[in-house]
Amino acid sequence: MQYALMIYIEPAYAEGLTDDEREAGYAEYLALADDPRCVASGQLQPAETATSVRVAGGRTLLTDGPFADTKEVLGGFCLVEAADLDEVIEMAARVPAARAGGVVEIRPVVPR
Amino acid sequence: MLEEVFRNEWGRVLASLVGFLGDFDRAEDAAQEAFTIAAERWPESGLPANPGAWLVTTARNRAIDRIRRERTLAEKIHLLPAPEAVMDEFDDTPIKDERLELIFACCHPALPLDGQVALTLRALGGLETADIARAFLVSEETMKRRLTRAKNKIKATGIPFAVPDARLLPDRLDAVLAVVYLIYNEGYRGRVDLGAEAIRLGRVLTALMPDQPEAHGLLALMMIHHARRRARFSGDDLVLLEDQDRSLWDTRQIAAGRAVLDRAIALGGRGAYVVQAAIASLQTRERIDWPQIADLYGRLARLTGSPVIELNRAVALAQAGDPAAALRAVDRLDLDGYLYFHSTRGELLRRLGRDTEAREAYRRALALAASTPERRFLTRRLEDL
Repeated sequence: MQYALMIYIEPAYAEGLTDDEREAGYAEYLALADDPRCVASGQLQPAETATSVRVAGGRTLLTDGPFADTKEVLGGFCLVEAADLDEVIEMAARVPAARAGGVVEIRPVVPR
Repeated sequence: MLEEVFRNEWGRVLASLVGFLGDFDRAEDAAQEAFTIAAERWPESGLPANPGAWLVTTARNRAIDRIRRERTLAEKIHLLPAPEAVMDEFDDTPIKDERLELIFACCHPALPLDGQVALTLRALGGLETADIARAFLVSEETMKRRLTRAKNKIKATGIPFAVPDARLLPDRLDAVLAVVYLIYNEGYRGRVDLGAEAIRLGRVLTALMPDQPEAHGLLALMMIHHARRRARFSGDDLVLLEDQDRSLWDTRQIAAGRAVLDRAIALGGRGAYVVQAAIASLQTRERIDWPQIADLYGRLARLTGSPVIELNRAVALAQAGDPAAALRAVDRLDLDGYLYFHSTRGELLRRLGRDTEAREAYRRALALAASTPERRFLTRRLEDL
């Protein structure tokens, strides 16, 4: 089964880190991205760069900023292939953001 | 009697079918069908030698038939073993017990807690949806939706039908025990004695995981508590332990519960359920050893970090003869919104002869009382002062 891991981060968290800690965090993200079960992954630019689009009455409406205005913002994603939910939970628990005030949401992907 | 056989076999049959078909709904339909056929035949033909195997084989055959009839699912047939079994021929090899797999799937923490509870009662306990609905005071429609949502989530998210590996097991077992204890604490409602249901589930768990001390601890705790249920109320009134009519206690169940507790302790159990069972056991002794109970509550408070447990420790201290120490312990607690905090203070102050303060504490408790028996009990205490 395919699952999407949506990684929500607390943006201010990284500011308090030393260079070494930041490096270690990146290394963990890279290890996750290099995991053969990881189909695709990406880190997103900060939430200030977000543009939200909706179409109403044939007009395209743009909003500056992310869709949901919360303390945690979507910071990255990971698409993985796994046998069952427990396997994915284990991968999600390895995401550094999960122990740094952030949260990883797991959603199964509808097969095409 | 047939109903008893059905209740005993349901969980095992359903588990085996979920394992075989990989689909909860399909398994449930097939099991239901097999039980219906059995209900028609067994009264005339008598019980088969191995009712469980009969039910599983019949249900499997029916499920395979049904899948074959559903053209859209034709490709899935290849995954199934050749369905050559004839209705009346049965393989005598014992069916593999997959109830543990089923329990861990039903109590997976990714499911909402009310869904875990409902699914466990339905799948393992074999209770009808209508009875579960009545027991939890919701409509049958609501309960049906709750069960469907939980089953859908199991399927859609790939919640495994498996016993968790050693690393995950302690956490997941905690989740399972919590569900069973929650069912127990719902008590008696409607036609269903949820306390008895929880004890049934506890027995299944200890049989399937004989080496897990906390599973034995939970079962012992539930059995010993349940044995006192008839003495806990007089009409609608709450009766405190010291005032209970001991002739209403089920002494055989207390003895059986103690034996289960001994097993838990022999397995090295020192966890929260084992300690609570030990306390429950001491409370049913002829002469209650309150200092030891206070010690055990101290241990439990350290395990759980719960101020309510600290409150219980204080009560035990008072029973052991030291209401002043008990009051000091109580006054350290931050439980202002908790009825029993105030009623305990009231009782301790009364024993210390500080009646005015005792009355004030009982009044605060009364203001927090939600149920009629609680209100009546507190009013009586106030009048006695």
